[in-house]
Amino acid sequence: MDLYSLTPLDLALAASLVLLLGVVQVLIGLGLFRTLAFNSARMVVQLLLVGLILQAVFAAASLAWIALIALVMLSLAGYEVTARQKRPIRGWSGYSIGLMAMSGTALVITLVALTVIIQTDPWYEPQYAIPLLGMILGNTMTGIGLALNHLTQGAWNGRAVLEARLILGHDLSKATRELRSESMRAGMIPTLNMLAAAGVISLPGMMTGQILAGTPPVEAVKYQIMIMFLIAAATGFGSLLAVQLGAKRLFDQRERLRLDRLKTPK
Amino acid sequence: MSDAFFSVDAVRGANLRPVSFTLRPGEILMVQGESGVGKSQLLRALADLDAHEGKVVLNGVEQQQMPPSQWRRRVVYLPAESAWWDDYVDQHFTENLPETWWAALRLKPELFRAEVARLSSGERQRLAVARALVLKPKVLLLDEPTANLDAVTAKAVGELLSEQIKAQGSAGVWVTHDASEAARFADKQLYLDAEGGHIT
Repeated sequence: MDLYSLTPLDLALAASLVLLLGVVQVLIGLGLFRTLAFNSARMVVQLLLVGLILQAVFAAASLAWIALIALVMLSLAGYEVTARQKRPIRGWSGYSIGLMAMSGTALVITLVALTVIIQTDPWYEPQYAIPLLGMILGNTMTGIGLALNHLTQGAWNGRAVLEARLILGHDLSKATRELRSESMRAGMIPTLNMLAAAGVISLPGMMTGQILAGTPPVEAVKYQIMIMFLIAAATGFGSLLAVQLGAKRLFDQRERLRLDRLKTPK
Repeated sequence: MSDAFFSVDAVRGANLRPVSFTLRPGEILMVQGESGVGKSQLLRALADLDAHEGKVVLNGVEQQQMPPSQWRRRVVYLPAESAWWDDYVDQHFTENLPETWWAALRLKPELFRAEVARLSSGERQRLAVARALVLKPKVLLLDEPTANLDAVTAKAVGELLSEQIKAQGSAGVWVTHDASEAARFADKQLYLDAEGGHIT
């Protein structure tokens, strides 16, 4: 099987479908056209840039470049985790919770996958390292964002109950147990749904991509299964870590609820 | 200071002017003052629920020297609005209440197994009083415990609280807007205003 290379005309044809959607939106007076056009243009620029960068990195195949890319991905994901919460924890400590939870899980699990499971040579082989980190990080980021959002919102809305438990002498671990477990669950839901739907309701993107690129379906499926396990583990551990760190930050050293550490929504 | 069981020295916070007093076992301090002068803030500081300055000592042990959950088990704050987290009343208690309390609180003992969502606000308030009392605290911090109750029930609840504080040899800091309630249960009275607290 050969890869049918896409010409600019092919991409333009695909874009014309979105253009058609925009025209329909304008006709029925739905004010989404500008956002759709802007985000589509942004997507094209971002992906072209990434394509160019990856091409250069693949050619260089140096560890320093890959480390730099991983660092950029992690910092952007850390920012994104904060942006996805209604009342994130203020300042650097809020940002660092997401960052630590992602580095401690997505990064570690990617390294394990490269060195122990796939055993690429060299271990940082960019063709594997970057897409793997990207997929694991993307999902972990979503999970951590949801978990922390549930945690901070839950503390805000449930402050009376949290304090009522502290008042009756519950320690932090007991007072926050339910909130922590619900937040963990919130972070894991997309992953649980993904596992349940895989292959039946949705064909995972990576597997589809590999099949389009000519990989035999059974090989593509094996990769997909591995990825799913990696994503599930990273998201689960990531949410767990983020919730533990976040819950600690909601209180001070005298176990007082510190909602003033949460940002007020705009 | 020597025979003080609970001593509060220049406790102050964001919206609270310095307050000082001492209590012996069995003593009740009634706290009055206009809305917004920091009466609830004072109680929250004594329970160590908010950051504050000053010194609070119970039985010779300074508040900041004791792990917070241990402190709060001894110095129990009863807020004006009670909060419940499980579905049923009894899930919030480790033991049933003494029979005499049910009568004193003018509540039916069956309520112990009731759904929290079905309770009236007055029933919740009285059950919260019981929930604090069964912990046998050394100090009870009461934030208008009888507000929103009818006069007869308010008097009965007030008497149970006062009687238990005396019987258990604990101390009470009791915020009220009701001057006659203050007069009835006070061993000491504190009037809080923009300058701070004045023992009267």
